[in-house]
Order: sequence, then structure tokens, then C-alpha cells
Amino acid sequence: METTFFTTQLIPALNRGLVMSIKLIIPSGMFGLVLGIVIGTLRTFGPSAIRKAANGYAAVFRGTPLLVQLFILYFGLPNLGIYLDAYAASVTGFILCSSAYHSEYIRGGLLSIKKGQLLAAESMGFSTFKTMFHIIVPQAIRKALPGCSNEIIYLIKYSSLAYIITCIELTGEGKIIATRTFRYTEVFLFLGFYYLVLVTMASFMLQKIEQKYKIPGFGKA
Amino acid sequence: MLAKEAMTMTQEKPILRVENISKTLGGKEILNSVSLSLNKGELKVLIGPSGAGKSTLLQCINFLLPPDSGRVWLDGVEIQNRRKRDLYAFRQQVGMIFQDFNLFDHLNALDNVSIALRKVKKMRRPEARDRAMAELERVGLGDKIDLYPAELSGGQKQRVSIARALAMDPKIMLLDEPTSALDPELIGEVLSVIHDLAHGGMTMLLATHQIAFTRSLANEVIFLENGIILEQGTPAELLSPNACTRSRDFCSRLDDLYKEKA
Amino acid sequence: MFDTLSAILEALPYLLEGALVTVGIVIGAMGIGLIIGIHMAVGQVYGNRTVRWAVGFYVWFFRGVPVLVLLFLFYFGLFALMGLNLSAFAASTLVLGMTTAAYQSQIFRGAMLSLPRGQFQAARALGMSDLTAIISIILPQALRFSIPGWSNEYSIILKDSALAFVLGTSEIMARSHFVASRTYHHLPLYITAGCLYFILTWLGIRALLKLEEKVRIPGYAR
Repeated sequence: METTFFTTQLIPALNRGLVMSIKLIIPSGMFGLVLGIVIGTLRTFGPSAIRKAANGYAAVFRGTPLLVQLFILYFGLPNLGIYLDAYAASVTGFILCSSAYHSEYIRGGLLSIKKGQLLAAESMGFSTFKTMFHIIVPQAIRKALPGCSNEIIYLIKYSSLAYIITCIELTGEGKIIATRTFRYTEVFLFLGFYYLVLVTMASFMLQKIEQKYKIPGFGKA
Repeated sequence: MLAKEAMTMTQEKPILRVENISKTLGGKEILNSVSLSLNKGELKVLIGPSGAGKSTLLQCINFLLPPDSGRVWLDGVEIQNRRKRDLYAFRQQVGMIFQDFNLFDHLNALDNVSIALRKVKKMRRPEARDRAMAELERVGLGDKIDLYPAELSGGQKQRVSIARALAMDPKIMLLDEPTSALDPELIGEVLSVIHDLAHGGMTMLLATHQIAFTRSLANEVIFLENGIILEQGTPAELLSPNACTRSRDFCSRLDDLYKEKA
Repeated sequence: MFDTLSAILEALPYLLEGALVTVGIVIGAMGIGLIIGIHMAVGQVYGNRTVRWAVGFYVWFFRGVPVLVLLFLFYFGLFALMGLNLSAFAASTLVLGMTTAAYQSQIFRGAMLSLPRGQFQAARALGMSDLTAIISIILPQALRFSIPGWSNEYSIILKDSALAFVLGTSEIMARSHFVASRTYHHLPLYITAGCLYFILTWLGIRALLKLEEKVRIPGYAR
């Protein structure tokens, strides 16, 4: 195996793809999490109509493949006169889909906080908003953190689907080179290695975050 | 009853007055027009079988459960629970202790006590810290300030929750069976804190099954059953061995129960 | 409007045939995952260091690489290298099966570890071999506890099966894309595809709930 193929062709292409992948992952991860917190909170404490709508949203996005969602955004919306480019469609799809999953963990976290703490906060004169902000949400986020971390890892891997709707990122660059050179095994193993590094690094960082906010004995019951 | 009310009126203005509180939950009448009042420095004890409405009454007094009807005065001012701001201000002056502590699980003992000082009373961090520290020392937990709820025993948790309430400088405290969730050997440490509070002149309304404690400290015993105040009087009147009262019956049954257990 | 409706109705039998292909992939993959997954879980819990390390590596690899890349790697690369000439359908099923095996092994492992240790000791005290104890005491309980996790895994693999489309497997996604690009009714067709997936998710989860109830051990709360 000569190394020039790797140094002059594969690695530069994959690095180019990596930049694109990161451009997909970071905004999708951030806005997906924020939207997920909002939707999870609405699903738990919202007025009945909004709660139903938010539950429906989560069920639809969790019950259908991400690929279908991306196809609807990229190929489907033009039927309605809405045109998104491949990047915008990908990021939109990732945000909507991952927020649905995040909302599930946030909701579980919120529901697991004992109701007595609400009473205790109110008995000291906390307003409803302050109770949510200082007492309930900080605990719910801690409880949801492992699930949400997992979801971020999923997002990193599923960002590869952007390539199918022609947003050429890491997987796309790899596929192009593999098809041109017929070196499928080497290229895709190498590509897999890129993702393994990304995923391993991300899980390490997320674990550090979890540890940082860990509280003795919290979240066991 | 009437004579008694008239008497307290002439003596001094009660610090807490509750009138005709009624509450129905899930179609069941829990409280039926309950009235009571406390003067400054008094300790009144609510007794009665479980399900009598003691918890509901205490939660209705500070509107954690809004009563269906009835009025509440604190220091002569009627509480308008419709105005949220007034309600929050009122609750800051009424300390509440729960049966199962309800500490905030994500905060250590010090922050459990200081969070309301900072977020509700807008106190600055160092001052809130000092105040919380002082209250924790007062309940004998000066060496446990860094521990989280999961690292404390039941008795310690309840003492933290008492410190948390005291830090708000309440005019009155409502205590909802503060020792019921504790193992027998931990009850003493909590009762002794309440004992000290009573001697320090804190006004308290306490629901409890601790009869000996009630006998020795209460100014008045209120016997609640099926949402109605059945009897009301000094421990001597209601609980002395030769009193023919429902309260005495109930308490002697409780005493038997505890003797069997012990 | 009428135009759209008739396009959907016309395509529906074709898409439903695709649904059968999808179901085939999912059942095949879940079955493969179950068999490999159980073995890996047992190996990881009771095996020696080499076995534990090998399973750990497998799980790390298959959980860290996107399914899409795995499909490409095996279909275009490794299967050919091994001299296997698999159809797109077989390749997708096998790759999805190997992927879910990594996840399923962790579900089973968690369930096995949650059993009280005493049972294993009691079984050995009765004279059972380790293997007999695992097969007749540990697994029957662990598998029951794994059903909720398994049901979750089912819904993930069902959705991942849409990726088989990139290898040219003629399942729901491929067929709806095919019809859409001819009729230009993209939106209605993909929504129809989404509905089919939604129904399949729902049906599968319901069936597994039924199964969970049926094999429940009386008084065994969890």
C-alpha cells in the first residue's frame, strides 16, 4: 500500500469533509438541545392543548426515520414552493429530530423531581417561575444529562445522512473518493476511524461534563 | 368556643387568625369550616387520626392548597391570595416544615438554607451564606454544611429543613408531622430543636403524634377529626388521665400503640 | 388535491410491497442481533479477559461508526474481500444485524448484571455447570427484563432500515423515492412513507408489550 494515496488524496478530502460535518453538528446539537428543553418542558407543564401538540411532535419525529424527514425537507418542501439548500435542510432536519429525542429525556427528568420540593419552594415564597428556574430545571437537566449526551453522540453519527441529500460532508467525501478509486475497504475503514475518533472524543467530553455536575447520591432513586 | 374567642380578642391581636376554612378534594370534604388563631409565642398542637385533615389544614393556611372558602389574617392583615406578589410575600413570613423534609436534592445543606435568601429575599451571597451558616449551627449542623441531602440522615435532613425555614425570619411556623418519617432513634434530635424554638418564643402550629411532647410544651391542643375541630383546650383539660374527652381516648390509644412497638 | 390523492393511491400497493421488504430486513436484523448479542453478553459477563476485550472492541466499533458508513464498508468493501457475493437485501440485513448486535449485547448485559448474584451461586450449589446455570437460570430472567430495551432497539433498527435504500434495496424509502422522482409528488409520497414507518413502529412496540405481559413472572416487579 503506497502512502501517497492517503496523504495526497484521502486525508485532505476527509479533512474537508470533517469541517463540513462539524458545521452540521455544532449548530444542530446546540439548537436541538435548546428546542428539546423547551418542548420537554411544554410536554410536562404546558397547558393541555400545547402539551398534546408537543407530544404529537415528539411522537412523529421519533416514530419516523430521519431520512424520511430529510427527504421531506429537501425534496418535498419544493412542492409547496419552499426551497431549502442541502445544508439548511440537513441542519433543520437534525435540529427537529434531535429535539424530539432530547424532549423525551428532559420530560423524564422533570417528572422524576419529587413534588414536595415544589411545595417547599412555594412555602418560602418562590414564584412559579423561580421555582422552575432555580429548583426544578437544574435537577431535571442533571437527570436528563446521560440521555442527552447519548443523543449528541447519535447526532454525530447520523450527520452522515446529510450526504444522501447532497450535502457533501465527511461520508460524502469518502464515498466520492472510494467510487473514483475503487478502494472501498481502505477508504471506508479510514472514514469509520474518523467517526470513531469524533465519537470517542465527544463521549469523553460529555462524561467530563457529567462528572463536573455530579452530586453525591443524586439521581439514584 | 365563643367565650374563648372573645377572650383572646380582648387580650391582644392574634398573630395568625384563620376563619372558616373549607376544602373539598376529589369530591371528598376534607375540611369543614375550621377556625383557629395563635398569639405571639404560642405553641398549638394539632392532633387527630390520619386523614383527619391536619396536613390539608396546614397547607391551606399558606395557600399551598388554595382553600375553597375561608379567610386568613397574618398580624391583622388579611391575605389576598389572588395577588401573586402578596401571596409570595406572605409565604416568606410563614415557615413550613414537611413530614418528608422536601430538601432540594441538587443543593448541599448550606445552599438549601441560603437559596431562598438569595433568590427570594435578594440577599447578597456572602450575607446569605453567613445567615445560613448561623441557622445550621443553631440546629447543631455547623459541621455538615457541605453535605448533600442524600448524605444526611433523616433527622439531619429535618433539621436542615428547619434551618431553611428559620433563615427566612418567619413570624410563625407550621410543622406538618416533622418526626413521622423518622426512625425512632432520630426523633429526639428534631424534637429538641423544636423544644428550643418554643422556649425562644417562636409561634408554632404543630401537627404531631408525639403526645408526651405535646403534654409538656403545648399551650393548647386542637383535636381534629373528619375535617372538624372536635375539641380544643389546654393539655391539662383535654389530656389529663381523668378527662373524659375524645382527645384523651385517641392519645391513650396512640400511647398503647407505641408501647406495643417499643 | 385530487391529483395528489390518486398519485398516493396508485403508488400504495407498490409501497406496501416495499413495507414487506422493510419488515423482512428488520426481522432478519433483529434475529441476527439477538443471536450474536446474547453470545457477546454472556462472553462479556462471564468470559475471560480476551473475550471481554474482543466484545468490548466490537461494541466500541459498531457503536462508534455511522450505520451508513458500515453499510458502505461491508457491501462495497469487506464482503467482496471475503468472497461473499451478497444481494443488497442480504447485505443490509446482515450489516444492520451486526450493528444491533452491539447494542443488544449491552441490553442483555445490563439485565444479567441486575440479577442478584446469589442465584448463580445457588444454581452451582445444586450441581449445575456454569453453562447450565447461565442457560436455564440467568438467561430466562435476563431476557424477560430485556424486552423494553429490545423494543426500543426494534424502533431504531426499523428507522435505520431506511438506509438500506442507499445500497439499492427495494424497500419503502427506495420505492417512494422512485415514484416521487417520476411523478414529482415528492411531499405526499414521503409523507406516506413516514406514515408507513410510523404504523410499523407502533405495531411492533404493541406486539412487544403484549409479549412482555405474556411472559411476565407473577409478583416480579421491576
